[in-house]
Amino acid sequence: MNTIPIIENRIWQPEFECMPKEQLRALQLERLRGVVAHTARLPFYREKYQHLGITPDSIRSLDDIRRLPFTAKADLRDGYPLGFLAVPREQVARFQGTSGTTGKPTWVAYSKGDVENWANLCARFLVAGGLRPEHTVQISFGFGLFTGGFGLHYGIERVGAAIIPLSSGNSERQLMTMQDLRPEILICTPSYALKLMDTLLTGDVDRSSIALEHAHFGGEPWTESMREHIEGGLGIRCWNNYGLAEVQGPGVSGECAYRNGMHIQEDQFIFETVDPDTLEPLPDGEKGELVVTPLCREAFPVVRYRTRDIGVIYADGDCPCGRTSRRMSRIMGRTDDMLIIRGVNVFPSQVETALMRVKSVAPHYMIEVTRPGATDEVTVHIEVQPGIFSDSMREMQAIKADISAAVASITGLHMAINLVEPNTLERFEGKSRRVRDLRDLNG
Amino acid sequence: MKIQQISLFLENKPGHLNAICRTLSEAEINIVTLSLADTQQFGIVRLIVEDWQAAKDALEKAGYVVNVREVVAVTVADRPGGMTELLDIIGAAGVNIEYMYAFTSHHGLEAVVIFRFDDPDRAVGALGAAGRNVLDAVALFSKGKGE
Repeated sequence: MNTIPIIENRIWQPEFECMPKEQLRALQLERLRGVVAHTARLPFYREKYQHLGITPDSIRSLDDIRRLPFTAKADLRDGYPLGFLAVPREQVARFQGTSGTTGKPTWVAYSKGDVENWANLCARFLVAGGLRPEHTVQISFGFGLFTGGFGLHYGIERVGAAIIPLSSGNSERQLMTMQDLRPEILICTPSYALKLMDTLLTGDVDRSSIALEHAHFGGEPWTESMREHIEGGLGIRCWNNYGLAEVQGPGVSGECAYRNGMHIQEDQFIFETVDPDTLEPLPDGEKGELVVTPLCREAFPVVRYRTRDIGVIYADGDCPCGRTSRRMSRIMGRTDDMLIIRGVNVFPSQVETALMRVKSVAPHYMIEVTRPGATDEVTVHIEVQPGIFSDSMREMQAIKADISAAVASITGLHMAINLVEPNTLERFEGKSRRVRDLRDLNG
Repeated sequence: MKIQQISLFLENKPGHLNAICRTLSEAEINIVTLSLADTQQFGIVRLIVEDWQAAKDALEKAGYVVNVREVVAVTVADRPGGMTELLDIIGAAGVNIEYMYAFTSHHGLEAVVIFRFDDPDRAVGALGAAGRNVLDAVALFSKGKGE
């Protein structure tokens, strides 16, 4: 446990973040009962609650959360598009989306209150990680369905800092803006920060021409060794936070000045760790799948959402920052084969869908992810089989182009397509290995 | 009046073409002619063999994906201008050539050109009308052996 803060220890909503533990547990229980009452209006939960004999009053302790049903990504998909919408349509203030496994997004709705709440939750981790009202913040996340852009935008606005909503892409313009408007804080992907560092290291740009002090990363997995590398190279502090669209977006947990893991915003989310195979609860300190129940969501409430993210909730006592919440580790992996590439969630099954769409064949394929420089590159290796082989080079190139276009349309990412000879991809229990992630994400 | 050509997908890597040839060699199949179309990543090898079915079976058994395609074989005079005369007929018929390759026999004064046309029936019709010698399998393989 770190006992010396890296920066000044600031807390945005001490009344919630530092709430005495007894009081926090009582608030969680009260809110959990509210969640049961609220979600009972959704057919998905109503049927399950009836079957399990669950009513709000039957939730007597926080442990009773284990009696509630899990919610999986597939359940959201089955309810497409708005099976989990729990407020009248006219009360929806926002839709965000996250990529699904089938080419259709998972739509997530927010009421006006949800958007308001989200702003405060983002403000909590931003302030903990150095944001002050007098700062200027450059947001290099895409402003779109991805929750990162708008979520952080509203958080920064709530704190009262100035925002440059530059969005993603165009490195030259990013750098020019950083030099001309001199933001102290950058919101970006870790790979963009690596790219920026390379630019500075070549000597073409003087470090003193930019005023950056902090970066808040998101959109793709990163590691402690990347943090050391970037902090050393850019002379800034890099901060980690956690969230996922299905339970809100960013702001679910985040680091404090002591950097003892990410504080879970426990007044608004109940976290459990479960064994991903048996779904049995695991004690704090043990690595497992994180299961999240948001407690304050009006428009899109989910119960015990299986994040598929692997992590640990720490069991080493209280953080000196004064927050009373439990803390969690970085995300250490996934229980499914989802990849996060440049902020986009990619499932191998999407690639399979694209291949089926092109030639109605399901060849063996392997998705290979590398990080040759600063950005992730994805190549889909596809074994040639009768449906995708022709003696005409023109037709072969057309097949490649069609596959590439279908993959881009379904995943939202450009991937290189590499055709390989039959029976050359590595087989795993008779199936080819779907993913080879050569990025070093565990350093 | 068409010939069966077999083609295979090939990664552009050392030894890969030879592996195909060795498979055919082990099946005691002679290659009459072959052509290779290549890109940076992969190639397509196209083969004319006498017993295409035996070749296909041997290659598929070795794990290759084999495509069989009807192509057109035409003789061409082995002298300056021979090819132009042939292409004039094809051009006039408005037929497009997807690809082509040629080989000469051991003793003949003629070469053989293998074509894949976008409209083979029309091409064969035009070549026949112009009195050109469109080869069937029997004629082609006697040429291939230099008889």
